[in-house]
Amino acid sequence: MEKRSGLGIFLTKRLIKLVTLLVAICIVTFVLLELSPIDPVTAYVGASTKVGAEQRALIAEHWGLNKPPIERFMAWFTSIIRGDWGTSMIYRRPVLEVIGQKFLSSLALMAVAWTLSGVLGFVLGIIAGVYEGKAVDKVIRAYCHILISTPSFWLGILFIMLFAVELGWFPVAISVPIGVLAEDVSLADRLSHLILPSLTLSLIGISNICLHTRQKVVDILSSDFVLFAKARGESKRSIIHNHVIKNASLPAITLQFLSFSELFGGAVFVEQVFSYPGLGQATVQSGLRGDLPLLMGIVIISLIFVYVGNMTADLLYMVIDPRIKEGQMA
Amino acid sequence: MDKQPILQVNNLGISFSQYTKGLHRVDLKVITNLDVELYEGEILAVVGSSGSGKSLLAHAILGILPDNAVTEGEIYYNGKLLTPEDMERLRGDEIALIPQSVNYLDPLQQVGKQIKITIKDHEHQDEVVSDIFQRYGLKKEVENYYPFQLSGGMARKVLLAMALVSDSKVIIADEPTPGLDEASINEVLKDFRDIADTGRAVMMITHDIQAALKIADKIAIFYAGTTLETANAADFEGDGSRLRHPYTKALNRALPSNEFVPVAGTQPLPNELPHGCLYSDRCPKKTKKCEVERPRLKEIRDGKVRCLYAT
Repeated sequence: MEKRSGLGIFLTKRLIKLVTLLVAICIVTFVLLELSPIDPVTAYVGASTKVGAEQRALIAEHWGLNKPPIERFMAWFTSIIRGDWGTSMIYRRPVLEVIGQKFLSSLALMAVAWTLSGVLGFVLGIIAGVYEGKAVDKVIRAYCHILISTPSFWLGILFIMLFAVELGWFPVAISVPIGVLAEDVSLADRLSHLILPSLTLSLIGISNICLHTRQKVVDILSSDFVLFAKARGESKRSIIHNHVIKNASLPAITLQFLSFSELFGGAVFVEQVFSYPGLGQATVQSGLRGDLPLLMGIVIISLIFVYVGNMTADLLYMVIDPRIKEGQMA
Repeated sequence: MDKQPILQVNNLGISFSQYTKGLHRVDLKVITNLDVELYEGEILAVVGSSGSGKSLLAHAILGILPDNAVTEGEIYYNGKLLTPEDMERLRGDEIALIPQSVNYLDPLQQVGKQIKITIKDHEHQDEVVSDIFQRYGLKKEVENYYPFQLSGGMARKVLLAMALVSDSKVIIADEPTPGLDEASINEVLKDFRDIADTGRAVMMITHDIQAALKIADKIAIFYAGTTLETANAADFEGDGSRLRHPYTKALNRALPSNEFVPVAGTQPLPNELPHGCLYSDRCPKKTKKCEVERPRLKEIRDGKVRCLYAT
């Protein structure tokens, strides 16, 4: 009973934080976009000279751009609260529908990349930590340092050149084959389009997790409780299996869930490089073309996405480490 | 001597190689000429101040010194010279360590499970643990506790139980008393006496002479990584005139129950040890000879002492 109410308080606090954060982020994004030199109407009609000044004014009026900023923000904000997210200017469809569709294809990309980087990073980190100072450790560490200093878009281009253009193993871009009807696209097609971008995206996360896990493993192996485990006759294998993995998983899990923001940021670059039609690309488009409703919608959704990631880390921490559970509940 | 020691440490030396500036390697000798004997059914208290090499001795016996440690000398178990492989086989099985606190337990694993990991008889793990828990009055549910949930008393019993689940012949307890109140200390000491009375050999590492004197059969005095004296507990009775080494005598005088005079000076650091007798720079009986010659361990009155002039 007591425990349940503790969890309730924890979740309520988090919810309040989320709402205040959302309001703040909405205001900041709106102000930034307001200050940006991009004129939505010009962005919309493009360089075409056929559209006269009068028509431009009509479009602006239609979108409500002639009203003062504060009034526009309030109008947008109140409708958001009512559940109306508005219509995207560039896609001319409801914002939620656009986000929903884009998010789904991005989600596949991010999920694959996230799992891959988490598992690979953790395993490599454990290996490097256990063989600290040995050749394996040096190779893994060098690999991590190279990766960490490599921009993801550059890596993406490199992958396209090597695997798609030179070797022809994977398609160059987009999420489905060109010239095929949507209903004829097979799962294999989708997967082959997914591999390169998700691999690129996953490589960003590996180093971080790997290096942190490695350090944690080194710390654990020099801890008193591992010494005592040795004194009780546990073999190295048993120590790694029984003590190292669980203790090292704590920072790894936190990092992995905290990496949601980097994952999202990485997806923007990677989708751009691979012309992958996901949320990342939609973000770039809506920003460059001043599509305020869509951009604001994406900001809100991505904020919730990242926030849920962080909260999951906290919750999982409580499950794995009983000491934290007691601390949070008290 | 008619009795064979179950564990005998002869002339143990431990040095650590360290890299100082650049690739310059320095061997730091932290233990020199350490000798200890353990007999079944007896408690040997290893007494010394911090840095005298007490814990390292325990780690050397178990073969769990860090990789950069180099050892010399011999360790015999049941008359047989121990190799590193033997140590690996014996530790946890025949030689058990009782650590100082629950900080030596995996913080993320329930204590019952941690005990079971080292029980080799997989089929009867549960029984063995419940038996020993029952013997020490620990409730069944304590098996599911995490180390941080144990109270002081429970923690002590759990650590004891861990050492006794195996058929260990030698129990090494590393600093079992610090931070405990008088009543708890007496309980701990009684536990050790009981263990020794079952025929096991107990080595109690401590810096608390008074606690050691209450239960130990023999006391080994460590100083700067060497054994200065091994005395019988009875030698400390009265004015301590039966003690052999000047340092032991001074320690005895420093006890609150005796004259309560502190011993002047401090133990030398491993990198600035005197050339001759390690105690020479503090010894009132020092002669020129003490400064050049390192005394051997000699037997006097059923005890051992490392002093040129001991009587």
